[in-house]
Amino acid sequence: MARVIVDVMLKPEILDPQGQAILGACERLGFSGVTQVRQGKRFEIDLEGEADEARLAEIRKLAETLLANPVIEDFSLRVE
Amino acid sequence: MAAPRVGVVTFPGSLDDRDAARAVRIAGAEPVSLWHGDADLKGVDAVVLPGGFSYGDYLRCGAIARFAPIMTEIVPAARSGNLPVLGICNGFQILCESQLLPGALTRNASRHFICRDQLIRVEAADTVWTNGYSPGQELLIPLKSGEGNYVADPETIAELKRDNRVVVRYVDSAPNGSMDNIAGVTNEHRNVVGLMPHPEHAVEALTGPSTDGLGFFTSLLAHLTGSTPVPETAG
Repeated sequence: MARVIVDVMLKPEILDPQGQAILGACERLGFSGVTQVRQGKRFEIDLEGEADEARLAEIRKLAETLLANPVIEDFSLRVE
Repeated sequence: MAAPRVGVVTFPGSLDDRDAARAVRIAGAEPVSLWHGDADLKGVDAVVLPGGFSYGDYLRCGAIARFAPIMTEIVPAARSGNLPVLGICNGFQILCESQLLPGALTRNASRHFICRDQLIRVEAADTVWTNGYSPGQELLIPLKSGEGNYVADPETIAELKRDNRVVVRYVDSAPNGSMDNIAGVTNEHRNVVGLMPHPEHAVEALTGPSTDGLGFFTSLLAHLTGSTPVPETAG
């Protein structure tokens, strides 16, 4: 069995109010020196068999189609 | 002539399907319930995608609803310019996720869920859903959403403005942070319209802040019954 990790983040130019709220909480809790927080999503996808090139191409397609909205999000993919 | 039949789709988590059906009826059309799990449009003349939280808004608002069996029927018919589709709130989000409309709806810049009666201004009165309004006309209709912040890349915004495809704007400023105060947009054929505010909640004096929203539904009827000129396809 193989596990593929897909990380999805809002594009840098897209406002991330959730990240801003977390940054505000950091300051209130006394975690100084934090200048920015951006929140994203991590998907753990388990596959039958090996994560060969063909399977990874499929997962990349899945990420483009469903997991991320390319209008506002970027994604990266890796095998764990 | 029989009243036009307007489908209202119910997804798991839809909230405003009954209000949408009621608005359709008050406007003089026959509402037809459509189920997300059936790839069957039942021969309707137009479709409303109502507000709510389809599939719990899991993943992203509208991201899973986009792939519902009913959408496999709606998307090609809407894209070709033949099927009028109005997406309200969550319905607008579904239309953007389906790429029937450009851009995306993201979390309100203020981080607050907004629920209030909102003034919007009609910018494009030549769509299937707004032909009964005048350009510049102001409408007071409810806005109730947490993810209504419209974003698109600069080229898309420029194209929307150039082709007069911004259908409605928030008056003064966008409470949710939307680019260019955009509250609703249309596609190149002007048969698909999506907006965040809820015209279906402003169709009766008893329950709404106005009856300003009824015009979306009577515009559709005028279009379907041929009592106004059919908007010409732009592209």
